[in-house]
Amino acid sequence: MKALVAIKRVIDYNVKVRVKADHSGVDLSNTKMSINPFCEIAVEEAVRLKEAGVVDEVIVASIGPKEAQEQIRAALALGADRGILVQTEDKAYPLQVAKILKGIAEQEGADIILLGKIAIDDDNNQTGQMLAALMGVGQGTFASKVEVVEGKANVTREVDGGLETIALPLPAIITTDLRLNEPRYAKLPNIMKAKKKPLDEKTPADFGVTMTSKQDVIKVTPPPERSAGIKVASVDELIDKLKNEAHVI
Amino acid sequence: MAVLVYAEHDNAELKKATLNTITAATQLSDEVHVLVAGSGCAPVAQLAASVAGVSKVICVDNAVYAHQLAENVALLVKDLAGSYSHILAPSTSNGKNFMPRVAALLDVSMLSDITKVIDANTFERTIYAGNAIATVKISEDKILLTVRSTAFDAAATTGGTATVEQLDDVQDAGKSSFVSEALAVSDRPELTSAAIVVSGGRALQSGENFTKYLEPLADKLGAAIGASRAAVDAGFVPNDMQVGQTGKIVAPTLYIAAGISGAIQHLAGMKDSKVIVAINNDPESPMASVADYFLEADLFQALPELTSKL
Ligand SMILES: Cc1cc2nc3c(=O)[nH]c(=O)nc-3n(C[C@H](O)[C@H](O)[C@H](O)COP(=O)(O)OP(=O)(O)OC[C@H]3O[C@@H](n4cnc5c(N)ncnc54)[C@H](O)[C@@H]3O)c2cc1C
Ligand SMILES: Nc1ncnc2c1ncn2[C@@H]1O[C@H](COP(=O)(O)O)[C@@H](O)[C@H]1O
Repeated sequence: MKALVAIKRVIDYNVKVRVKADHSGVDLSNTKMSINPFCEIAVEEAVRLKEAGVVDEVIVASIGPKEAQEQIRAALALGADRGILVQTEDKAYPLQVAKILKGIAEQEGADIILLGKIAIDDDNNQTGQMLAALMGVGQGTFASKVEVVEGKANVTREVDGGLETIALPLPAIITTDLRLNEPRYAKLPNIMKAKKKPLDEKTPADFGVTMTSKQDVIKVTPPPERSAGIKVASVDELIDKLKNEAHVI
Repeated sequence: MAVLVYAEHDNAELKKATLNTITAATQLSDEVHVLVAGSGCAPVAQLAASVAGVSKVICVDNAVYAHQLAENVALLVKDLAGSYSHILAPSTSNGKNFMPRVAALLDVSMLSDITKVIDANTFERTIYAGNAIATVKISEDKILLTVRSTAFDAAATTGGTATVEQLDDVQDAGKSSFVSEALAVSDRPELTSAAIVVSGGRALQSGENFTKYLEPLADKLGAAIGASRAAVDAGFVPNDMQVGQTGKIVAPTLYIAAGISGAIQHLAGMKDSKVIVAINNDPESPMASVADYFLEADLFQALPELTSKL
């Protein structure tokens, strides 16, 4: 069985984002970029499935600029076998990404396709669901546990009310939640080895996809600032403020 | 043209997030239809019919929709899409699950978690964990949106006189099956719609301490209980209590954060609260920069004192 993992290059989650003064977007110059944390969890899960003997090969794919090679190499260092970079300088929207991933999944004959539940830059939470629809397969989104047995995946999902388990015949799409696993750190020898693993380069056109989207970001503004309030010296003062100043209790 | 709202419910009750979504829908059209898909969901359809602003309720009552499996629901919504300019769903775990699937079936892009309607094609939504607000224009023939409930007022549950239409449309994709669920039962108000939320972080140290220190305070205030990711990851409390970018978005009148540092991902889920109180022994914690009232204290002393004095 083959696993395909989609990874996105995003601003590192520790970096404080700044909106550009002209409101055209956020300032990404000289900022640290990383694998989207949820994608890293997806890579880890695929590697664990390989270690458990469930899958034989883990392929990682990213759609993005040339620099996304760094994130693919990082995933290879975590244990993925080979990478595919679909290079584009255009902004990658979920529908276009899903169309390209469908092309890759079908070309590779992937049985399990893992994605993050959400990319922490655009906060869309769409791509996995769209890919599942395009491929006409089942989706186990927001997964906190995955078991693959007898040609199907049992996926425990984090839902608003608690947890839900569903069964999906393979191939299927799985999107990861935070508690699915804790990704390992890449060891130095594996980082060296990753440099020699195959990394194919493609373009959206190879999959018959144009990156144009019917969405247009008109402006990006900073959120309203919350000014810091006051320090209260005691529980009594806190209660007094909540009652008599804020009128909330 | 009419707009369609997908109702969030548990086959017995209409979830409040639906009411916020209806408000967003009324900003787009005078004709708002609500789809209630479920199994044994007729009571929900009745409730939806009396919501102010709703002109028609479509009730699709069949066992295939019992667990809201995305594969089945998406086919149903796609089937109905032809008559609508916009389709909206609350941005609940359910809405987030099936709506992008509908979008891909219709070959349109969509917007997640909108916080403002500017016009029929232009919306605001937050990006980068709430650190930026994007104004996006979308020029699809059919516009699909999920709606952040805290950003829209709830429509009134009375005053509406919509007709309820039964529809027989059984979509069984056969791509997924329900196995089991473990849902939290609680007498407390629901986290996303509670007027007061008290949340605990890693500093609580254990699930027992949530029970011992936070629950009595929540009881006194009639509050819902939330948690940081660290508290959930450590197993103190279940996942459905996580507040934040990747948990639940809350905006109560009063949010009390006890032993939560205030990482951006946590702030993303609560910084629109009206009044924020932080109880933390570190005055430098980022929570101090958003809190209206910051009490520098050991929570193991401050929480019992606060509870007893209220
Ligand atoms: C992709 C991603 C998504 C995430 N999503 C979320 C999310 O949705 N929600 C979320 O919450 N986090 C999320 N996080 C995690 C977030 O970055 C922080 O790690 C987390 O919020 C920290 O939780 P905490 O504040 O409880 O713990 P800590 O950061 O460890 O803070 C504990 C606080 O308690 C204080 N303290 C300690 N002892 C006491 C005491 N006795 N009395 C009073 N105060 C005390 C400390 O001073 C400190 O400020 C996410 C992270 C990533 C990478
Ligand atoms: N440009 C991309 N390249 C590869 N994978 C992506 C890309 N964009 C999104 N994804 C995948 O889709 C998931 C959800 O992203 P989103 O729907 O944008 O929130 C991510 O965690 C990735 O697994």
